[in-house]
Amino acid sequence: MELTFVIEKVVLVSVIFLITLGIAAYSTLAERKIAGYIQGRVGPHRAGPFGVFQPLADGGKMFFKEEIIPSQSNPFLFIAAPCLALLTASIGSAVIPWGQDVTIGDRVIQLQVANINVGILYIFGVVSLGVYGIMIAGWSSNNKYSLMGSVRAASQNISYEIAMGLSLIALLMVTQTLSLREIAEQQNGFWQNGWFSWNFFCQPIGFLIFLVCSFAECNRTPFDLPESENELVAGYHTEYSGFKLGAFLFSEYINMFVSSAVMSTLYFGGYNFPFMNDLGLSANIIAVLGVLFLFAKIFFFIFFFMWIRWTVPRFRYDQLMNLGWKVLIPLSIANIVVTGIWITVKDLL
Amino acid sequence: MESLSNRKKVLEQKPMSFGEKIYLPSIAKGLAITFKHIFKKRETIFYPEELRPMSENWRGLHSLKRDENGKERCTACGLCALACPAEAITMEAAERKKGEENLYREEKYAAVYEINMLRCIFCGLCEEACPKEAIYLDGPFLEADYLRKDFIFGKDKLVEEPLKP
Repeated sequence: MELTFVIEKVVLVSVIFLITLGIAAYSTLAERKIAGYIQGRVGPHRAGPFGVFQPLADGGKMFFKEEIIPSQSNPFLFIAAPCLALLTASIGSAVIPWGQDVTIGDRVIQLQVANINVGILYIFGVVSLGVYGIMIAGWSSNNKYSLMGSVRAASQNISYEIAMGLSLIALLMVTQTLSLREIAEQQNGFWQNGWFSWNFFCQPIGFLIFLVCSFAECNRTPFDLPESENELVAGYHTEYSGFKLGAFLFSEYINMFVSSAVMSTLYFGGYNFPFMNDLGLSANIIAVLGVLFLFAKIFFFIFFFMWIRWTVPRFRYDQLMNLGWKVLIPLSIANIVVTGIWITVKDLL
Repeated sequence: MESLSNRKKVLEQKPMSFGEKIYLPSIAKGLAITFKHIFKKRETIFYPEELRPMSENWRGLHSLKRDENGKERCTACGLCALACPAEAITMEAAERKKGEENLYREEKYAAVYEINMLRCIFCGLCEEACPKEAIYLDGPFLEADYLRKDFIFGKDKLVEEPLKP
């Protein structure tokens, strides 16, 4: 392995990691601002102009708070849980293609940390690992509310992963590949062969199911039952304080960022944007513009997550299970069947 | 029974239509409403810098008044303390000495006058009871503090500033 390759990847990994952390930190501010605006308030505005230093103040507060480890808890697992939550949240971004190849001199640099041919499976695996952090947190706290929260989280994630996987199968039938890079490349431009090239336009139902499931996987409202504060105090992180609590809250926002990135890549063309091939710009500029467009899409989805949070109230637990098992799973199976018929008929025509 | 008000409305629970069952149209409607709210005027009043408009007869903190010559009006008659439903007012009377005529209006004055602001309910009955027009509730908000003893306001905080010569 050549040295430049290693340097290139290290730089890419650090940049992506820093961007992820920055976006997660500022998502907390954005969430409070958006909540304020929707409710006719202004949100945090005291720390710096428009409250831009609020995330730093919050982070500083988290650092200096007392860390309480309950005497009846399992200290090893109690400390391992937030680490695991943070880890599984942040490794998901490794396979996302951030842009087209950039050519510097005679070197072609891929804007993707790991171009593996099973990118979707990897994402799926990481997402299903995410529940371990929450489960271990609930179990090791030795608190009934924490345990209830984590049991809810586990059953909710397992239920919605099925529907999520089935909705992805329909997508894979269309794209014929598991590699996220190839999926992004297939959605080149905006209009191809007389139809929109973005997968959303041939898999709208699949996208809807994926969207609902990713809300459930991120434990966001209307599916935030694991931490429903009016029943379970704070759910799985009831016993956590200080920086460990911060790690849980942070991992929720990182999850949101990663799943927004995955949704943009799978269904909304990733780094592709309309008329990208007709502008007559050089490949590098197109690549940079593509990165910006991908981030615009990601920011839109993060905004959408927050917008939904301050609009839709929380589901009851039986409604959540009904929706998962009796609506989304049959719907996604029907989607697979319809997609299969459509692919066959299209080939015959 | 027949409704007298003529506003009786019998509600019936209809089974939900398909459109209601899939729930998405109502979510879209809700999203539209919350999105509209983002651009509405904010109701926030930035408190320390900006105050809510007060009514003419707003009852704030008490002040003990002086007359047009700058003499204290209070004669320590105790009617305010008697009228106070919250038992917040106490005072000690003293006799005016020679040479203090420029300080106190009448022969008797309040040597100590204390209002416990934690007991006070700002009803304004002391103001109504006062025969000398010596106490008015025309001050600002009661500010927060740390200790109970700091909420017992003595004459140093209650009496108006002396007149400027």
